Amino acid sequence: MTNNASQTLGILFQLCQSLLVVALAPLLTGWVNQCRAWLQNRSGAGLLQPYRTLRKLFHKDAVLAYNASPLFRITPYILFGCMWLAAAIIPIIAIDLPFSPAADVIALVGVFALARVFISLAAMDIGTAFGSLGARREMLVSFLAEPALLMVFFTSSLISHSTQLPHIVGTFAHHEFVLYPSLAFAGLAFVIVLLAENARIPVDNPSTHLELTMIHEAMILEYSARHLALVEWASNLKLLAYISIGIALFVPYGIAEVGNWGVLPLAIAALLVKLALAGAGLALLEALLAKMRIFRAPEFLGTAFLLAVLGLLIHFLLGA
Amino acid sequence: MPIKHPNLQPEPMNGAIPAWHGKIAAGDLQPICQGVRDGGGRLLALWGSDWRVTQHGFVLHTLLVNEAGLVCLNLPLAEDHPVYPDISHIFPQANRMQRAAYDLLGIYAHEGGDHRKWLRHGAWHSGSFPLRKDFDAAQSRSDELDAYPFVHVEGTGVHEIPVGPVHAGIIEPGHFRFSVVGEKMLRLEQRLGYTHKGIEKRFESMTLQQGAKLAGRVSGDSSVAYAWAYAMAAEGIAGITPPARALWLRALFLERERVANHLGDLGYLGSDVALSFGFAQFWILKEQMLRNNAALFGHRYLMDRIIPGGVTADLSAEGRRMIEEECAMLEREVRLLRGIYDDHAGVQDRFIGAGRIEPKLAAQLGLCGLAGRASAQAWDARVQFPCAPYDRLDVQMATYRNGDVAARVIVRFDELLESLRLQREILVNLTGGDELAMPLEKLPGNGFGVGMVEGWRGEVMVAVHSNAQGNLARVHPHDPSWQNWPVLEHAVLDNIVPDFPLINKSFNLSYSGQDL
Repeated sequence: MTNNASQTLGILFQLCQSLLVVALAPLLTGWVNQCRAWLQNRSGAGLLQPYRTLRKLFHKDAVLAYNASPLFRITPYILFGCMWLAAAIIPIIAIDLPFSPAADVIALVGVFALARVFISLAAMDIGTAFGSLGARREMLVSFLAEPALLMVFFTSSLISHSTQLPHIVGTFAHHEFVLYPSLAFAGLAFVIVLLAENARIPVDNPSTHLELTMIHEAMILEYSARHLALVEWASNLKLLAYISIGIALFVPYGIAEVGNWGVLPLAIAALLVKLALAGAGLALLEALLAKMRIFRAPEFLGTAFLLAVLGLLIHFLLGA
Repeated sequence: MPIKHPNLQPEPMNGAIPAWHGKIAAGDLQPICQGVRDGGGRLLALWGSDWRVTQHGFVLHTLLVNEAGLVCLNLPLAEDHPVYPDISHIFPQANRMQRAAYDLLGIYAHEGGDHRKWLRHGAWHSGSFPLRKDFDAAQSRSDELDAYPFVHVEGTGVHEIPVGPVHAGIIEPGHFRFSVVGEKMLRLEQRLGYTHKGIEKRFESMTLQQGAKLAGRVSGDSSVAYAWAYAMAAEGIAGITPPARALWLRALFLERERVANHLGDLGYLGSDVALSFGFAQFWILKEQMLRNNAALFGHRYLMDRIIPGGVTADLSAEGRRMIEEECAMLEREVRLLRGIYDDHAGVQDRFIGAGRIEPKLAAQLGLCGLAGRASAQAWDARVQFPCAPYDRLDVQMATYRNGDVAARVIVRFDELLESLRLQREILVNLTGGDELAMPLEKLPGNGFGVGMVEGWRGEVMVAVHSNAQGNLARVHPHDPSWQNWPVLEHAVLDNIVPDFPLINKSFNLSYSGQDL
C-alpha cells in the first residue's frame, strides 16, 4: 500500500469516527437516562429523547442577557469544538487515526481544561449569583479531578512507554492478555473522575431542578436555544469521550486497524456493546448512590488521586 | 379554665375543642400573654376583624393555647386609631402575624420593632386595606414598585444569593435571600406573599355551605384538615354534634390525608439527596392511595367530603376491605423502604445533622406540628384535645429530640405507620347508624366559633364569625406554616447552601396557606 493511499484511508476512518461520535453521543445519554428510569421503576422518556431535546432547542429563538459579552456567545461553540475534538481523536474504532497525534493524553486533559475555563468564565459573565456559584463549585471539583486523571494516564503511559493514545491502545490491544494490577487501581480512580467530571451522582445531579444544589446546571442556567443545545450536546460528547477513554485504556479489545475495512463493522459493534455496558453500569451506580455533601467531593476525588498514585507505585514495585 | 387573670372573664365556647373567649383591655394583652408563655403555652393565631359597620371599631383576636385548651382574647380597637400592644417579644411567631394584620386590615402593633410589610407586594394603595368592609378593589389597584428592605449582612467575602420567587422547578413561589460566605449560610431571609388570592375577603360574602367548599381549598394538601376545622367551628356555633359515623369517617379522611402527604414528602426527601429510587417508590404508593381515594370517596384529595354537620361520602363493606388491603400493602412497603433509607450511608450522611433546631429554640420560637415534634415539642391536637372520635383512639404521639432532617424523617415514618394503625382501628369501629350528616343550613346570628384539627403539617385552626343573618361575617383560617416559616430561617444557619433545599423540604411548609 502506498503512503498516499494509507493516508486517504486514515482520513476516511477518522471521518467515520468523528461522525459516529457526534451522532452517537446523545444516544448514549438517552441510554443512560433510560437505564436510570428502568432502575427506578419508571418507564422513561425513551432512547431518542436527547435528540428531541436538541431539535426543540435548535428551533427556538435564543435569549441573551443584556450584559452578555461575546465570550458568553462563543463559549458554546468552543465547548462543542473541544468535546468533539476529544471524542474524535480517542482511538475507539481504529488505532492509528491520523488526528490522534493532535493531542497526547496530557494535551487531552488540556482540551478538557480549556472547555472548563470557558464555561466557567461564561457562567460568571452574566453576573447572576447562580453562575458564579456554579463556576466556583466546578472549579472546586475539577481542580481535584484533573490531577487524578493525569495520574491515571501516567500509569498507562508507564506500561506502554508512551503518552500517545494510539501507542497506549496498541500496547494493550495487541499483546496477549496480561493482568496489570496497577491498571486496576487506575481504573477505579478513573471511574471516580468520570463521575465528577461529567456532573453525575454522587458529585452532581444532572436531573435536579434545585438551583441551589447545582454545579454544572447552575453554570448554564442563562443559556437558551441553540447555545443551550450546543452546551447539552457538548455534555453528551464529554460523557462519550470519557467513556471512550475508559474503553481505550482498559478494554480496547476488538478495535480495528486503520485500513482494515473488514474488521470495521465488528469494531463498531464491539464499541456499541462496550458503550451500552458502560452506560448501564453508570446508571446502576447513580441509582444506588445519593448525592454527597459538596464538601465531601474533595475527599472523594482525593481518593481517586490516591488510587491513581497507588497504581503508579505498584507499577514501579511490580513492573506491571 | 385555662387562664386566670383578674381582668379576664372567659366564657366557654361550644364545640369539640375546649375553648374560651373573653374581652380584654389593651393594657392586659401583654401580661396575659406573658402569663401563658410562662406557663408553657403558645400563641396559635393572631388576626383582626372589622366591625365598624355593625358594631364599632376593630377587634384584635389573639388565640392562645395551653394544655387546658384554647383561649381567644378579643381586644377592641378604636376606629380612628387601631393600635394594640406588641406581643412579638413574648411570642416571636407573632411578628409576621402582626405585620400581616396591618397589611390586610390596617391595625398595627404599637412599639413593634418590625413594621415592614409582609403580605403586601404593592398591589394596593398604601392607604387601602383589603379586609376592611369598605375596601373597594377597583379603586385600590396600585402599580407601586415593590421594595422590601432586606437585612444586609456585611463583612469580607459576604455576598447575597437571591432565589425565587420563580424557581427552576415547579414549586410554590417564595423568595429567599441568602447571605453567604463561600458555601456557608450566615443568614436567610424569606419574602413570601406571592400567592394572595383574597380567600379571607371572599369568605365574607359567602353562606355557610359555600364557605365549606372554599375552606377545603385553602391549602390543597390539607383539604381535609381545613374542611374539618371549619365544620368544627360552625358546629360549635350551632351547638350540634355530627352523627357518630360521620365523625369516624372524618378521622379516616384525616389519617388518609396524613399518610398521602407523608408518603409524598418522604419521596421528595429522597429525590433531594438525588436518590430518585426513593422518590419513585414513595410516589407510586402515594398515587395508589390517591386513586383509592377517588374510587372510594370520589375525590383524590377528599375535597368537599366534609361539610358542616357531617360528611358526604360513606364507606361500603367492599371499600372497607380495599382500605384494609391497602393498609397492609402500605405497611409492608413503607417498612421495607424505611430500612433502605436507614441503611443507606449516603442518605443518612445528608440527613443527620442538617438543619438542626434544638428543643430549646423550638420552644422559644413556637415551632409546632410535625417539625415541632421532631424537636421535642410534644404537641398533637389529637392527643392533647382528643375530640370525637379521637377520644376513643389511643393516638401514639411521635416525638424525637434531635431536630434535624433525620429527626423529621423519623417522625414522618412513625406517624405514617401510626396513621395506618389508626385507619385499621377506625375501620373496626366504623359501625353505627347510616346517618352521615345533620342538617345545618344557617348559623345562629353573631356567633363565634373555633375549630382546630391536627393536620399532617401541624395544627390547622379555623375561626368563624357569623353575621346577624347567619352567614359568614369573617373567617380566619390559620396554617401551622405561620409559626414554622420563621424557624426555617434559624434552621439553615451554619449549614451550607446546597443543603437548603433538603432542609426546606424536611419542613415542607405551605407558601399559599399563610397567604390567603
